[in-house]
Amino acid sequence: MKPFVRVLEGVGSTVQLMVRAAYFLPTLPRQFGRFIDQCYLIGYTTLPIVAILSFFIGSVLALQAGYAAQNLGPKQFIGLLVGLSMARELAPVMVAVLLAGRVGSAIAAELASMKVYQEIDALETMNIPPVRMLVMPRLVAVVVMMPVLTIIADLVGWFGGAIVAKYTDFIAIEPASYFATMRQYMDFGDVMNGLVKAEAFGFVVVLVCCNIGLNTRGGPREIGAAVTRAVVTSLIIILVLDYFVTKALS
Amino acid sequence: MSESTHTTNPFSAVQTPAVGVKIQHLSKSFGTVEVLKDVSFEVQPGEIFVLMGPSGSGKSVLLKHIVGLELPTSGQVLVDGKDAAAEETREQVRMALVFQAGALFNSLSVYDNLALYPREHRVGKESEIREKVMRALQILSLDNAAAKFPSELSGGMRKRVAIARALVMEPQLMLYDEPTSELDPVMSATIAEIIATLKEEYHVTSIVVSHDRDLTLAIGERVGILMGGKLLFLGNGAELRAPKDPKIADFLSPKIDVKNPRFRQLET
Ligand SMILES: Nc1ncnc2c1ncn2[C@@H]1O[C@H](COP(=O)(O)OP(=O)(O)O)[C@@H](O)[C@H]1O
Ligand SMILES: [Mg+2]
Repeated sequence: MKPFVRVLEGVGSTVQLMVRAAYFLPTLPRQFGRFIDQCYLIGYTTLPIVAILSFFIGSVLALQAGYAAQNLGPKQFIGLLVGLSMARELAPVMVAVLLAGRVGSAIAAELASMKVYQEIDALETMNIPPVRMLVMPRLVAVVVMMPVLTIIADLVGWFGGAIVAKYTDFIAIEPASYFATMRQYMDFGDVMNGLVKAEAFGFVVVLVCCNIGLNTRGGPREIGAAVTRAVVTSLIIILVLDYFVTKALS
Repeated sequence: MSESTHTTNPFSAVQTPAVGVKIQHLSKSFGTVEVLKDVSFEVQPGEIFVLMGPSGSGKSVLLKHIVGLELPTSGQVLVDGKDAAAEETREQVRMALVFQAGALFNSLSVYDNLALYPREHRVGKESEIREKVMRALQILSLDNAAAKFPSELSGGMRKRVAIARALVMEPQLMLYDEPTSELDPVMSATIAEIIATLKEEYHVTSIVVSHDRDLTLAIGERVGILMGGKLLFLGNGAELRAPKDPKIADFLSPKIDVKNPRFRQLET
């Protein structure tokens, strides 16, 4: 009963936070510097691992598909399989997971520490709404950055798959035919589908991590607990949301 | 327009009426623990009120009620006649709370800590803000600290930066939470002088939470003592020197008795 109530409370306060952040959206122009800082931070911290991971995920996909195609014939479908899996599923989920680990944890740690060391209280006595300054710019930044990161993950993943497909002996198909099936059987809708997912994941991850950070109570040891809670909650939400968004979009 | 009932702005000649604070039958509980029990007193516009009391007696909680960070369980706090619990009061009355640990923004330099309030409230151009911030730093002899980060400051400097940051808000009401705790005697004296100067020159109403008897007698115009959530003493410096209640006398100048130590008395 108690965990159930806590989940409901969490959902309630997160929705409230979203509404308040939306209310401060008009202040974006004068907080443009903060917004750019957050975009840069999200890009800078996640881009290198997004690139490395998506390259290898693309490669492994090609390898596994090649293995399956050994007995089944048409190897060109490897391109389509890598293309679709990356765009529709793996890129958005992977980017969101990395976002939770690198950005979400940092947000939770920063806001929790500001809360514990009374910086949030200080903002309130200064009549500066913490949500306006700390949450809204981050949410806008993640909405702007998620598609960028996801498209990069798509491209790098496809490219990784193409390389493996060419240089693995039992596959050995040329990039031209690898990409030809992708062009033929995939359209922009498939990529778009992944971008919508990525937006949903990214937005919720940042919102939840902000909320957990801002609701930290107690002493410094709670900062660590808040970070753990933020990352675990984010991961659960990504996977649960993945199912429902996929269902809604199909 | 008598001078002492108006707050002079340290950055311009503008005067705004000094504000008073009324605490009326304030009680506060956290869960089942009653931290403040029916506390009532008044702080006159432009005076320095010192609130004393042992650790855990509820002093910080009381200050938080004045700035609206905590809401009363029962009773009321009025600042300039307006309910401190209402959001609008914070917009109508400029109040600054100097937190016990400073609560400086750790990710911002000292300069940006001070500039945050005027920037966020868009009072003036960046050049005017700069002038104001440098003036506040100068008032607290912090001229060289502008580019430093809070983690690079000594305890005394942190406290002074916290005061400077409060000053930039051009407050009508200043609340200090143990501004001299953890400071050496000279730095404590300096902070006490700063508080008195701000009151003397700018007529800021001040409420100072402190354990420091010397500071209290030196700058406190009126004094309240909070013990176990109750206000057990309310009076001026002269009355504080000769307290009638033995509990108050013991709090102000506790005798060290090695033969009959306190921690043994507690057991019985
Ligand atoms: N947010 C809170 N939740 C629960 N208890 C609190 C809270 N804030 C303060 N207290 C309790 O209230 C009492 C008074 O605290 P405080 O006002 O900080 O004392 P002090 O007089 O030393 O400043 C303490 O026992 C403290 O544990
Ligand atoms: Mg305290």
